[in-house]
This record gives sequence, structure tokens and C-alpha cells, in this order.
Amino acid sequence: MPTLQNLTHLDWLESEAIHILREVAGQCSNPVLLFSGGKDSLCLLRLAEKAFRPGRFPFPLLHIDTGHNYNEVIQFRNFRAKELNERLIVRSVEDSMKRGTVVLKTPHEPRNKHQSVTLLEAIAEFEFDCCIGGARRDEEKARAKERIMSFRDEFGQWDPKNQRPELWNLYNAKVHKGENIRAFPISNWTEMDVWQYIEREKLDLPSIYFAHKRPIVRRLGAIVPITPLTPKKDHEIIEEIMVRYRTVGDITCTAPVESTADTVHKIIIETASTTITERGATRLDDQTSDASMEQRKKEGYF
Amino acid sequence: MSQQNIQDSLLRFMTCGSVDDGKSTLIGRLLFDTKTILTDTLTQIEKTSKKRGMAAIDLSLITDGLQAEREQGITIDVAYRYFSTGKRKYIIADAPGHEQYTRNMVTAASTAHLAIILIDARKGVLTQTRRHSFLAKLVGIPHIVVAINKMDLIDYDENQYKSICEDYEKFAKEIKLSESRTIEFVPMSALNGDMIVARGESIHWYQGPTLLDILEKTTADYAGKDKNFRFPVQFVCRPHASDDHQLHDFRGFMGRVESGSISVGDEITVLPSRYKSKVKSIQLGDITLNKAISEQSVTILLEDEIDISRGDMIIKSNDAIEPTKNINAMVCWLSETAMASSRAYLIRHTSRESKAKLDKIDFKVNIETLGHEIIPNLNMNDIAQVTFKLAQPIMMDAYQDNRSTGAFIIIDESTYHTVGAGMID
Repeated sequence: MPTLQNLTHLDWLESEAIHILREVAGQCSNPVLLFSGGKDSLCLLRLAEKAFRPGRFPFPLLHIDTGHNYNEVIQFRNFRAKELNERLIVRSVEDSMKRGTVVLKTPHEPRNKHQSVTLLEAIAEFEFDCCIGGARRDEEKARAKERIMSFRDEFGQWDPKNQRPELWNLYNAKVHKGENIRAFPISNWTEMDVWQYIEREKLDLPSIYFAHKRPIVRRLGAIVPITPLTPKKDHEIIEEIMVRYRTVGDITCTAPVESTADTVHKIIIETASTTITERGATRLDDQTSDASMEQRKKEGYF
Repeated sequence: MSQQNIQDSLLRFMTCGSVDDGKSTLIGRLLFDTKTILTDTLTQIEKTSKKRGMAAIDLSLITDGLQAEREQGITIDVAYRYFSTGKRKYIIADAPGHEQYTRNMVTAASTAHLAIILIDARKGVLTQTRRHSFLAKLVGIPHIVVAINKMDLIDYDENQYKSICEDYEKFAKEIKLSESRTIEFVPMSALNGDMIVARGESIHWYQGPTLLDILEKTTADYAGKDKNFRFPVQFVCRPHASDDHQLHDFRGFMGRVESGSISVGDEITVLPSRYKSKVKSIQLGDITLNKAISEQSVTILLEDEIDISRGDMIIKSNDAIEPTKNINAMVCWLSETAMASSRAYLIRHTSRESKAKLDKIDFKVNIETLGHEIIPNLNMNDIAQVTFKLAQPIMMDAYQDNRSTGAFIIIDESTYHTVGAGMID
């Protein structure tokens, strides 16, 4: 039998996350877990297993599909949901576009911000009262003040001045019809914690997290992958280099980093010595303005 | 690092002080010197520093907040920051320090093991220092570090430092801060990085530990952690509808060990029903444990089939607490809307909820003078001793004996917002 030897910060973080998930299950009548196939949401699934097995999860999984995803990630998403025998709901930004609720300015523009519309539509359709997400406070400064249970009004808006004080481990997920809670069980985790947890739990990940050869161009100091959605510009020269993704999201605004790390352990070593933040390296859309995440959150982004 | 303790690999601390005391610079310095700040963030800060006409990088910008706050030049809220040393992980709760932000201080303090109380060496012990110390005591933070900052501005004068320490010690005695609490002093210059992570060159007369040395050796404890076993049930797992017939009779009681520990074979009592049974098994995911300790989230299986639901509390049978419907507590009012003494509120205590009615307000603590005042009603940031009558019994301990089972929040029944925080006497 295992002993209590060597309990680490990961055990504490895991225990906190399990506690939060169980509070959601205990307090909310119709929660949902946002699952993209990305590393943070894969951690959430493992935490949900630890929180609720041998029972079924007391919530379905929901993916808001931008239509701009890497195939590997979508396949992995489907595979993992099936493996867990849990219900996966997919709602797509493209359907919102057909309905006319999402209007693009340019055909190939990033769709990250449009996810908010589709998410709010899904919340209304299923009457979800809580969305569990894998956001972390270390990701971005608009997140540093985020609650573990974050209150959103009827329009899905986050008002930093109207958040509930959160004391001890007493969470308040009570809402009226139409209002919504976003619950973030891994709020207190850093990127490093996530990678260490993935290693410890031997979690499988979509292949694009690991170093692979990919055609890219270098544009304004960033590495831009060449895909049907992100073609090269005339004067640009395509290179094939070893890269990996630190986050997976909309293809048009997620850039890989140069890396030869092809195992979780090598990624941890790289993460420990990296000099650029996760979003700084890979999210082309956060750089537009110092406060662009804050802006998106106010509009209902999770 | 203790190997028997889930928390010692993680320490949560808060910083108390205003921007003028160099609080943001201190946090920036801690993050910078522990190599937590990465180049793109630094580049941003460099740009902003230049834009504001500063010669060197202003480390306080690391903790610069939301656009909404920058526009108004205020800090609205507690921000959480993270760093790690080789030894452990740290979570900083950065709370704005002005009087009107008492609620933020109480929020930040509620999860902290240690409070850094910042004093500007030029100014010494101020009213706000007393206020911060009183709140740290009220919320039961077991370790206090008094950081005497801006030593560079008083030419690193040892005598002045000593006299501030003496002043503080005198005050600490007055409010009985030193009872069951450690208090340590460090002279520092956050601006120059002296005695934060590195010792620096300037404070040669000080032989004690640096701030980080203190953080590294502080134990992550809180009241009641190792004492009586308390297990509020959060969720009951009954997968009887599952395809697996072996699970037909499975009843798992899911929750977090709030204090103490439990082992397989221990005799337990469920409250408020007082049913008794024995622990058959303890599970964490697919691992079976002999014993679960405080702060571990586990699933407990019992020998007997008894009816238990969310909100019940499992304790050891050789221990006793009486479910009660009357509570006397220190309450911090958190809402802009004053308490309406005629209304009913909801109280959330562990995983349990009850309607509550105000019985009486005994007194309010004036956090400037620490004197008691008689008040008719609670307004935002008020701290008062209050008596409530509850509709449902709760299983509580005094807050000073148990940080988990002694705490509750107050929820407005119509808005559902969290409007108050209570600590049971």
C-alpha cells in the first residue's frame, strides 16, 4: 500500500482541484466541463476521474470548435471522450456563422474571440449553470485576479468590480436562471505544474505538443506554421524545422516554438529553462493590446 | 521538508502594505530574483517604464493590474502570483492595503500561512501597520514577518531599525499577537534587492535570515490542521446504475479531510444523524490508502450501509462535537449593501448551508483604535461580533481551534452574492 511519503505540491494542487470539482457537482444543477483536447483540459479530465470515479462524471464535456483546429487535436479529443465513456457535446463557431450570430470581418481571421458567442449559445441551449474550465491565474495578468468560481451575468460578461469575495475554501456557485459560474479548478497551477502533473499521471497528449517537423515561415519574429488556413506570403521562404506547441488553439493565431523536446520529461526541462511566457510565445492575438484578454473576458470569453 | 505533510511543499502568504511602502516592488523583487519573470514580460515592463520616464526598470509594474484599475489608479482586488524555489511552491496573495479594502485583506488572509507586514523605515509603525496586524490575528495567520523596507532611505541605520522592532513588539504584546504565533523581523531594501532573496552589500550588521530564508523554513500550518478529524461530505458516489455489477452496492463519501487524519478501521460518527460505523476503505482515484491526512481529497467507504448526504460531517467516534443552531462569531461585512438586520441570510459552513437570522450585534471593532463600538447595523468593511440563529444545525469548532470548521460565509438570499465572512468564537 502506498504511504504518505513524498507528498508534493502536485498532491496539494490535485486535492484542491478535486475539492473544487466536487463543490461544483454539489452546488450546481447543470454544470459542464469545457474540453478542447488541450493539455490543461486533459488535466481536468484526470482530476475529474479522481474526483468522481467509480461513478460517471456529474457533467458532460463541451467543446466549442472554432473550425480552426489541428486534426490531431480533434481526433484526440474524440478518442479521450470515448475512452472515458463520457458524453461529449460539440458546438461550432461555423454554425454560429450560419445562424448569423458570428460575423467575420475577414474570412480567415482568428476565431478565438468568436468562441464566446458560440459558448453563450450553448449555455443557453442546454441551460448550463456552470462551465468548468482549465484557465490558470499565471497565464495572463487579467487572470491573476480571477476567482476560482467566477460570476458571469446574463450576457456572459465578467465584471471585475462585481466578483464575489472568495474566502477559505468556501465557494459560492449560486446563480439565478440565465446567470453562470465559470469554475477554474487549476487556477493555482502554473505551466510547470501542468507539465509535471502530466508526467506524473502519464497522461497522453495530442502529438503536436511534442517536437515534430513542420513547414513554417518566420514572420515578424514569430514562427508561423504553413497550413491551408495560414498560407505563406509571396516573398516568404518556407523552412522545415523541429517545433512543438505549448498551447493548442485556433490555427490562425497559435504559433509553435522551436524545440526538439519529444517527451514530457524533455518538455519539463525546456519549460524550466525557458525565457518566454506561454502566451507571449504562442498567442499572436494577446499581443494586440496589453489588456486584450481582459477585454475578451468582459465579452464573455472563458 | 516534512514528508508527512501534504502542504509543506507549498506555502501561501500575503503581503500587507500600501503601494507607498514598496509592496509592489517587494513582490516584483521576489519574482524577479527567483527568476519567475520571463523576458517578454520584462520587455513589456521595460517599455512601460520608459514610457513613464523612468531610468531603470520599475519592478512594481510586474504586479500592475487590470486596465480598469489602471484607469482609476486603484487596486480593486486580491491578485494571486506564483513562484517556486527548488524547495517549494509559493502562492502570494497580493491585497491592496487601504482601509476601505479591509475585505480584500480578510479574503487574502483566509488562505495564508504567513503574512508579510511592510513598514516604511522612514515612517515606522503606523495606524495601518496596527490594522494589518490586527486583521492577520483575527483571521488566524500563524506566522508574521515584519519587513522593514526602504532601509536605503535611512542609510541602513541599525538603531532606527531596532527602535521600529521594539515599537512593533510593544504593540504586538498589547494585542496579544505573539500568542501562538511566530513574529520575525527583517530589514530590507526591495528597490535594491537587499535581504529579499540575496543578502546584498549594505546591511552588514544584520546576521538574521533573508526574507526568502524565512519563507523557505516556515511550516505551512494553520489552526487545527493536525488535530481533530473533520470530514465534511461534499458528494456521495453511488454508481448503482453502472454496467459493473460489483459497483451495485458502492457508496463512496467524497470530501476533503479538513483537519486531523483517518485510518482504515477507525470508528466514526456521522453528524448530525449520529450514526456510527467503521472505515472500510479510503480511496484516492484508483489508489487505496491506509490513512488520509489533512488537506487530502479522498473517498471514504464505510462498513455499514448508512444514509449520508452532502453537508453531513464525519468525525471520529472518540471525539464529540455538538451540532448547534446558535453561533457567535466575528463577522467581516463584505458587501456595499449594508446588512439588513430584519432579513434572513444564507450561511455556508463547510459543505453545509443554512438559513440564518441575526440575533444581535454585540459590538463593532474600530480597526484604527481597536476599541469596541455599539452599532445598529453592519456596513462594508465593518468587523463586528455578531450572534446568529440558524434554521439547520451546523457542526462547528471555534475558529481559533480549527480554521476550516470555524469559518463560514454569508450569502444574500436574493442576489446570491457573498456578503460576509464569519469566524466562530
